[in-house]
Amino acid sequence: MSRQPFTRLTGVAAPLDLPNVDTDRVIPARFLRKPQGSPGYDRYLFHDVRFDADGAERPEFVLNQAAYRPATIVVAAENFGCGSSREAAVWALLAYGIRVVIAPSLGDIFHQNCLKNGLLPVILPAATVAGVRRQLHAQPAATITADLETQTLTAPDGTTHRFEIEAFARQMLLTGQDEIALTLGYEPQIRAFEARHHADSPWLTTRR
Amino acid sequence: MPLTMFDKIWARHAVAEGPGGHTLLYIDRHLLHEGSAAAFARLARAGRGVRRPELCVATADHYVLTTPGAPAPDAEIAAMIDTLSARTREHGIVLFGRGDARRGIVHVVGPEQGLTLPGMLLVCGDSHTATHGALGALAFGIGSSEVEHVLATQTLWQRRPRTMRITVDGRLGSGVGAKDVILTIIATLGAGGGVGHALEYAGEVVRAMSIGERATVCNMSIEAGARCGMVAPDETTFAYLQGRPFAPAGEAWTRALASWRTLPGDPGAAFDREVRLDGAAIAPTVTWGTSPQDALPITGRVPDPAAIDEDARRRSVERALGYMGLTAGMPLAAIAVDRVFIGSCTNSRLEDLRAAAAVARGRRATVPAWVVPGSGLVKQAAEAEGLDRVFREAGFEWREAGCSMCVGMNGETARPGERVASTSNRNFEGRQGQGARTHLMSPAMAAAAAVTGRLTDVRALTP
Repeated sequence: MSRQPFTRLTGVAAPLDLPNVDTDRVIPARFLRKPQGSPGYDRYLFHDVRFDADGAERPEFVLNQAAYRPATIVVAAENFGCGSSREAAVWALLAYGIRVVIAPSLGDIFHQNCLKNGLLPVILPAATVAGVRRQLHAQPAATITADLETQTLTAPDGTTHRFEIEAFARQMLLTGQDEIALTLGYEPQIRAFEARHHADSPWLTTRR
Repeated sequence: MPLTMFDKIWARHAVAEGPGGHTLLYIDRHLLHEGSAAAFARLARAGRGVRRPELCVATADHYVLTTPGAPAPDAEIAAMIDTLSARTREHGIVLFGRGDARRGIVHVVGPEQGLTLPGMLLVCGDSHTATHGALGALAFGIGSSEVEHVLATQTLWQRRPRTMRITVDGRLGSGVGAKDVILTIIATLGAGGGVGHALEYAGEVVRAMSIGERATVCNMSIEAGARCGMVAPDETTFAYLQGRPFAPAGEAWTRALASWRTLPGDPGAAFDREVRLDGAAIAPTVTWGTSPQDALPITGRVPDPAAIDEDARRRSVERALGYMGLTAGMPLAAIAVDRVFIGSCTNSRLEDLRAAAAVARGRRATVPAWVVPGSGLVKQAAEAEGLDRVFREAGFEWREAGCSMCVGMNGETARPGERVASTSNRNFEGRQGQGARTHLMSPAMAAAAAVTGRLTDVRALTP
């Protein structure tokens, strides 16, 4: 399935200061039985830290503050998206309107899930990211520009920061290309490999 | 150049080199569960089929109720389970569904059935897939889009991770087991310390472990940030596998064995990072906070945020103590618990149940305590040894197999504010239910907590 391509985005950014925000916190398990994109999916994002037991907004949570409410970018801390492989964490971010996550590091599976869904992961040094979060606290509603073509991030204070991204991932994000279609282009190699591989290891099949 | 086991398995599965340093890897085994439904649905919408159904296996674990007697679930959960049955039937995929004794937690079932084999490249849409590394397989969790990609192509694009060897030397003390080892490793590395790495566990302590114990260690690799963690196969591995239903037999067994013996890393093979721990220094360990890295010996005290200089870390600890309802400086062994959960892909195999039963035997649970076997076959084997009777006589609840309160997807959750002594793998906020407070520990320690009603050093209860 092809995805929405990503080239460049300027948007309001919300700071999330805590390290190790796990995907259970991004979307609690009880919502995983709901189909992606079903009505109200955006409310599942950060649900239990965003809403109280009665469903009312917790005013202290960043996305409940007027200035950050229209955020399309999240600026997080170390190891954001750790834990469960649930791709619904990315689906919930997208449903809310988030297209970029900036962090010093991301959980490996979450990182892959971002790339597969057209959500841009931007990895920058911890000090840089902490500096951007401070600017966002100091100037609520400040915007950030993420440009994938030039691989640069422009912080609220106007400084630009170059970020690295794997060439393969960058290309897939820029084009929104269907990765399965790309892989099926390798059919001759896959077929040759599996003939050899299964001859070497005939015990791999479940057919008995 | 000497190669690590990871290098060898990677090379044996490389189909093609793609753009930007990505390798197209062939997948030997794809494990599926109820959560795989979205991937099947997208596959169907794209008009694609399953390329190699004979390399897939499915079981129902996350959503099945574990209530004794296996009652029917509500309509929404029933639909999840029925969808898995329908898709696997449609594509000709082996399924261990409701009513099949082989059904259980996907990471318990794979090894138990001999579906996980050394040298395999194995994936599953679940972050605890590294469990299968216990048998010398390169195994890692993937997201739903990657599940769809594997179903369609039997391959995945991956960038080669860095390698890290974690060596645990010496011998463990009495009352100390695999769970204490992995919690100590995670506390040492940090929850993000393994990001971007493939782990290999080595050393005398790991060599002396059973496959079940190695599974406990590999299982929690993701809690240190690593997608995969593995142990080189040895005679323990081969003895475990021989005769399992899906393991090779006869001449194929001989051939497989010859191949598997070439898997361990070559002497002198280099890792990007090396970490060493002294096994004798590891104590029975529990977590106090909301990240698996928040682990300490049971003899310790709840940390004091005021003593932490680094701002982000201090605020993180303050938040964790607030969520957990704990006071800085209190002894861990003074923390009272409201319930106990023994189960999960980390600790629900027969040896885990034996360790818990040894503590429960002749004692009485003072709080509600659940025992959830990892599979129907684990349950049968435990009953054949009379473990179910030991648990019941001690007032524990003996349940059906499944993921249950580790993740609570099926509605089996703790209540807000309830404190749970749990053998599972994650103490995240809300993991075992909204507002629930989780302390991770070994099966023996969880059983000890059940009988005393507080976090307890199991060494005080065992001879």
